[in-house]
Amino acid sequence: MLSIKNLHASVEGTPILKGINLEVNPGEVHAIMGPNGSGKSTLASVLAGREEYEVTEGAVSFKGIDLLELSPEERAREGVFLAFQYPVEIPGVSTTNFLRTAVNQVREHRGLEALDAVKFLSLMKEKMKLVEIDQKLLSRSLNEGFSGGEKKRNEIFQLAMLEPTLSILDETDSGLDIDALRIVANGVNQLKTANNATIVVTHYQRLLDYIVPDYVHVIFNGRIVKSGSKDLALELEEKGYDWIKEEVAGTVL
Amino acid sequence: MSKDNEILEELTSKEYEHGWFVDYETDESATGLNEGIVRWISAKKEEPEWLLDWRLKAFRTWEAMTEPTWPNVHYPKIDFQAVKYYSAPKQDNKPKSLKDVDPELLQIYERLGISLKEQQRLQGVAVDVVLDSVSVGTTFKESLSKLGIIFCSFSEAVTEHPELVKQYLGTVVPYTDNYYAALNSAVFSDGSFCYIPKGVRCPMELSTYFRINAANTGQFERTLIIAEDDSYVSYLEGCTAPQRDENQLHAAVVEIYAKKNAEVKYSTVQNWFPGDKDGKGGIYNFVTKRGICAGDYAKISWTQVETGSAITWKYPSVILKGDYSIGEFYSVAVTNNFQQADTGTKMIHLGKNTKSRIVSKGISAGRSQNSYRGLVQVAKRATNAVNFSQCDSLLMGDQCGAHTFPYIDIHNSTSRVEHEATTSKIGEDQIFYCNQRGISTEDAVALIVNGYAKEVLNQLPMEFAVEAQKLLALTLEGSVG
Repeated sequence: MLSIKNLHASVEGTPILKGINLEVNPGEVHAIMGPNGSGKSTLASVLAGREEYEVTEGAVSFKGIDLLELSPEERAREGVFLAFQYPVEIPGVSTTNFLRTAVNQVREHRGLEALDAVKFLSLMKEKMKLVEIDQKLLSRSLNEGFSGGEKKRNEIFQLAMLEPTLSILDETDSGLDIDALRIVANGVNQLKTANNATIVVTHYQRLLDYIVPDYVHVIFNGRIVKSGSKDLALELEEKGYDWIKEEVAGTVL
Repeated sequence: MSKDNEILEELTSKEYEHGWFVDYETDESATGLNEGIVRWISAKKEEPEWLLDWRLKAFRTWEAMTEPTWPNVHYPKIDFQAVKYYSAPKQDNKPKSLKDVDPELLQIYERLGISLKEQQRLQGVAVDVVLDSVSVGTTFKESLSKLGIIFCSFSEAVTEHPELVKQYLGTVVPYTDNYYAALNSAVFSDGSFCYIPKGVRCPMELSTYFRINAANTGQFERTLIIAEDDSYVSYLEGCTAPQRDENQLHAAVVEIYAKKNAEVKYSTVQNWFPGDKDGKGGIYNFVTKRGICAGDYAKISWTQVETGSAITWKYPSVILKGDYSIGEFYSVAVTNNFQQADTGTKMIHLGKNTKSRIVSKGISAGRSQNSYRGLVQVAKRATNAVNFSQCDSLLMGDQCGAHTFPYIDIHNSTSRVEHEATTSKIGEDQIFYCNQRGISTEDAVALIVNGYAKEVLNQLPMEFAVEAQKLLALTLEGSVG
C-alpha cells in the first residue's frame, strides 16, 4: 500500500530524513519510534505533504500513486490521514461544520454524492460512540479551548469520519492521561480493517500496549536503524535509546 | 424670498441658461460642480424650491470646506471639477445582451448564485426586466401601504410626502456635518425613503436592492428612515454583485430617526468594484451614515459587510439621545490587493442608561490597509452609560496592514467602557490542517474567514448572510498560497 524508498527531506536546507525505506501493507500496524529530533514527526509531515519540508531525494508510492506529486488535500482525499501532534484551533468553525466540509470534499473525490445534514448527523452519531466524544464538544469551535485529551479524541473522531486507508498518528499519546489513552487507542483499534493500515509515531512504548503493532521501527538521525516486532518496543522501554545510538555509531565506524 | 435671494436667483439662473449646460437631452450634467449644476439637478428632478434652497446652502457650505485628510487612506487628490454629478444611464453604453458583458463578470455572478434574470437586471440589459423588478417593488408597496408604511424612492417622497422629508431631512446628518455629506446634500440624485408609523412592525425586510438597481440612481444617493414610536423595521442595503462603474466617486448619506421604543436594524453588504489586482480603478466610497435614538428605549443597529471599493471611508454612528436607548455596530471589513478601508463607528451617549456595543472584524489580505476607527463618547448627563467594543483584525500574508484607532471621550464617571482588541493571522498551520482533511485551500480560507466573522454575519438576515459568506470567500480568493 505504502512504499517509501530512500526518502530524503530537509527543512530550510537542513537535512532531516536521510534515506528512509519502509513498506506498509494493508491490515498492518507499524510503530515508528526514536529519540527526540530523530525525524519521526518529519516523516509524518512529509507523508502528509507539509510545505516546509522539501523532499530532496527518494520516492513514495501510495496505492501505486506517486504520493509526492499530490497536494496535501489530494493526499487526504486519496486516503492519507494525519492525526496531528498539535491539533490546530479554528475559531468560529464548529467541528461539525468543519467535518461536513471535509467529508463531502473527500466523498466528491471518491465519486460519492454529498451527505445531506440528516445523513451526516447520523454518521456522526455512529462515530461519536467510538471515541466517547460528546456532541456538545463538536458544536464548539474546532479545538478552541479543548483540553489535550479532547483534542486528541477529536483527531481520532475525524479519522473515524473520514475512513482513510492510511492513518498516521503523530505522537497521539502525548499529553494524554491513561483513561484518555485507552479511549483513543480503543477507537483506533475498532477502526482497523484488513484493508487499511496505521503508522503510529511515538516516543514511548506506552501507547503500544493498547495499539499493538505488527512492526516496530527505530528512527535515528534520519534513518530507520532497526526494525523488529513488538518486543523491540519493550526493549527500548527498558534500555532507552542509547544502546541503539551506540550500535549505530559502531556500524558507521 | 428676500430681495437679495431673488437677485441671486436671477443671476445664477442666467448662468444656468448659458455656459455649462449643453446637453439637457442626454440626461447627463456637464462636468464639474458649480451652483448652476446644483440648480440643474434640482430642476431636472422638478424639486420644490425649499429643497433647491437646501441644496444650495449645502453647496455653499461645501465650497468653503476642505477635504478631510485625517483618514488612514492614500489616494491621488480628487479633482471635484472633473466629475459628472448627475448621469442617467447612457443607452448606447449598455450591453445589448449578456453576450456583450465581460465574461469574467458573468462567471463571478454565476459563482455567487445570481440567476440569469437577475444578472440581466444588474447589467441593465433589458428594459422589460428592469420594468419587471419595478413591478415587484410596487407589489410590496401596496401591501406595505396598508400598514401605513411608506417605502419609495427619495424623489417620490419629495413629491408625495414633502412635509415628512422637509421635517427630517438633514436632522441627523446636517449638510454642515462633513465635506462629503455637504457634497451629497448639494448634488444627491436619488435614494430611498422609509417611514414606519407608530406601533407598526414592518412585516418584511425592506431592501434597496431592487429599486436602486432598477432606477440606476447615481453615486450620490440619500436614504432617510423614520421610525415612529414603538415601531420596528429591518432595512437592507446592498449591491451583492460586483459592479463596474465608470464613475470613481461615491458619497452617500443615510439618516435614521428612531423615536421612543422604536427599533431600526440596518444591514449593508457593500461590494462596489474594488479596483483590479494592480490597484487600478475602483470606487472611492465616502459615506456618512448616522442614526439618532431620539426617544427613550429606542434602538438602532448597524451591520455592515464591506468587501468592495478601492477606498472606504465610513463610520455608521448612533446618537443615543433617549434614556435607555441602545446603539449597535457590527462590521466585517475585508480588504484585498490594494484596497484601503478606514471604517468604524461613533457611539455618542447623551441619555441616561444608554448602551452601545461595537464588534468590528477587519480582514486584510494582499497589499491592502485596513483601519478601524471608532469613537465612544459619554456626555456629562449620560449617567450609567455602558459601552463594549471589540476590534479584531485578521491578517493574510505579510504585505497587508491592520490598524486600530479607538477614541474614548468620557465626561461621566458612572459610565463603563470596555475595549478588547486582537490581531491574528491566518496561519499556514490552519490551512494545512484543513488541507489534510481533504479541504481545498480556497475552501479552507472561506471556512476560517467565515468562522472569524461569524458573530457579525449572525446579525444579518438569513439570505443576506449566505450571500455575505460567499462574498467573503470570493473577495479573498487567491489571497493565500
